[in-house]
Amino acid sequence: MQHYSGFGLLKHSLSHHENWQRAWRNPTPKKKYDVIVIGGGGHGLATAYYLAKEFGVTNVAVIEKGYLGGGNTARNTTIVRSNYLWDEAAHLYEHAMKLWEGLSQELNYNVMFSQRGVLNLGHTLQDMRDIQRRVNANRLNGIDGEVLDAKQVQELVPHMDCSANTRYPVMGASWQPRAGVARHDAVAWGYARGADAHGVDLIQQTAVVDLIIEDGACVGVKTDRYGEIRADRVGAVVAGNSSVVAAMGGFELPLESHPLQALVSEPIKPVLDTVVMSNHVHGYVSQSDKGDLVIGAGIDSYNGYGQRGSFPTIEHTLQAIVELFPIFSRVRMNRQWGGIVDTCPDACPILSETPVKNLFFNCGWGTGGFKATPGSGHVFAASLAKGEMHPLAKPFSMFRFHNGALVDEHGAAGVAH
Amino acid sequence: MLHIYCPHCCECREEEEFHVKGQAHIARPLDPEACSDKEWGEYLYFRKNPRGLHHELWVHAAGCRKFFNVTRDTVSYEIKEVYMIGEKPSVVAQTDSAK
Repeated sequence: MQHYSGFGLLKHSLSHHENWQRAWRNPTPKKKYDVIVIGGGGHGLATAYYLAKEFGVTNVAVIEKGYLGGGNTARNTTIVRSNYLWDEAAHLYEHAMKLWEGLSQELNYNVMFSQRGVLNLGHTLQDMRDIQRRVNANRLNGIDGEVLDAKQVQELVPHMDCSANTRYPVMGASWQPRAGVARHDAVAWGYARGADAHGVDLIQQTAVVDLIIEDGACVGVKTDRYGEIRADRVGAVVAGNSSVVAAMGGFELPLESHPLQALVSEPIKPVLDTVVMSNHVHGYVSQSDKGDLVIGAGIDSYNGYGQRGSFPTIEHTLQAIVELFPIFSRVRMNRQWGGIVDTCPDACPILSETPVKNLFFNCGWGTGGFKATPGSGHVFAASLAKGEMHPLAKPFSMFRFHNGALVDEHGAAGVAH
Repeated sequence: MLHIYCPHCCECREEEEFHVKGQAHIARPLDPEACSDKEWGEYLYFRKNPRGLHHELWVHAAGCRKFFNVTRDTVSYEIKEVYMIGEKPSVVAQTDSAK
């Protein structure tokens, strides 16, 4: 793998940047792998990277039906935080946060992780009590957090309307200074390049059309381009399409796929240097380095696989943003899109063994998967390498919906991801 | 924006008047006490989540407030059929799985 550096940039400028090595190979798959990862998004590529780098399993293929990082990895609003209420979730997301903090160096790829802090606003007395409780829980788990009052929030975000004249006045917020945003595409590309350098085959434009199941165990996949590819273990990391792959294995998951929309504005001058999220008025916004406002809110309520949603959802989102930031009322929106998120009843992911032996699922991240990318990949890789779930993943078994041990994160997850 | 025909009001109205309530035709177990944890968990949480035809329950929340069923394509979002509670859908998928 070609090492990226300032010196390299200088050297290649002498040859007009025409001799850069390709970031990854485009191989033809072998007949048999130790592990097949279905899905070449952020989580799948991170899984493959850590399998090869940390757990010594280099005979790995990632099979992607489109192009790498072309699904929800490319469609989210790039917010990274770990201020979850329950221990199980907090440990998992904080594990990811710690990996985020060294990720650019680890991958030798600038993922532009910017710890500009995240505010979760409170607009009611109950909001503020929940925020107190969550921040206390976070601090007990070693996660940074502070409770701010309206005046402190106003100092951090001078352009936000924190006056008493709004319909739902800002009463305060939780503040996680280590949280922030990252460049989503770079995360996928960095992991892809790292995985490829460690020998992982990235097979793009190849859809898995069925699973090969013999004696109740998954022994490989059938693809549309290369026929059967065998493997000792198969990990499905296919987000919105998880139920479709589960059906190939003959079981159901407690998931529903919904469109989640987001939008960006025209680029404007720096106006917002942190991330503002509000569950109550239902929206969140940050400003990218390019200057556009990155805006999102809740899912469309109906099930959908169409990667687009309904206009009223966008309208509600922008109403919330303008309620918080009247200054944005005349900013024009540039682009709008939708991704398909697989939502779980308790708003927590599924990292799990399945009724089919040697078939593992990493899904159910719903509206908040991006922030977990490194941690999700790391614990899922550990699980695939050993054939047994990593301790951080164990509480997130799909069978928690049989025994009732849910991790109810709706309080912390709610809408705002 | 979906335009949904309410079979009670006998009119097409905009999506915002309605709420979707998820998968239709989920029967509550007749004897919940006799259910295993697995059966009860599957009744509560496990859902068909098809890529294709989906039978779902809607309520005309800002209208007549009555419930009805809709068969909708989850990829094109096209509504294929609207039918009353207690009726069977006439438009069904070739295979009854999420494939």
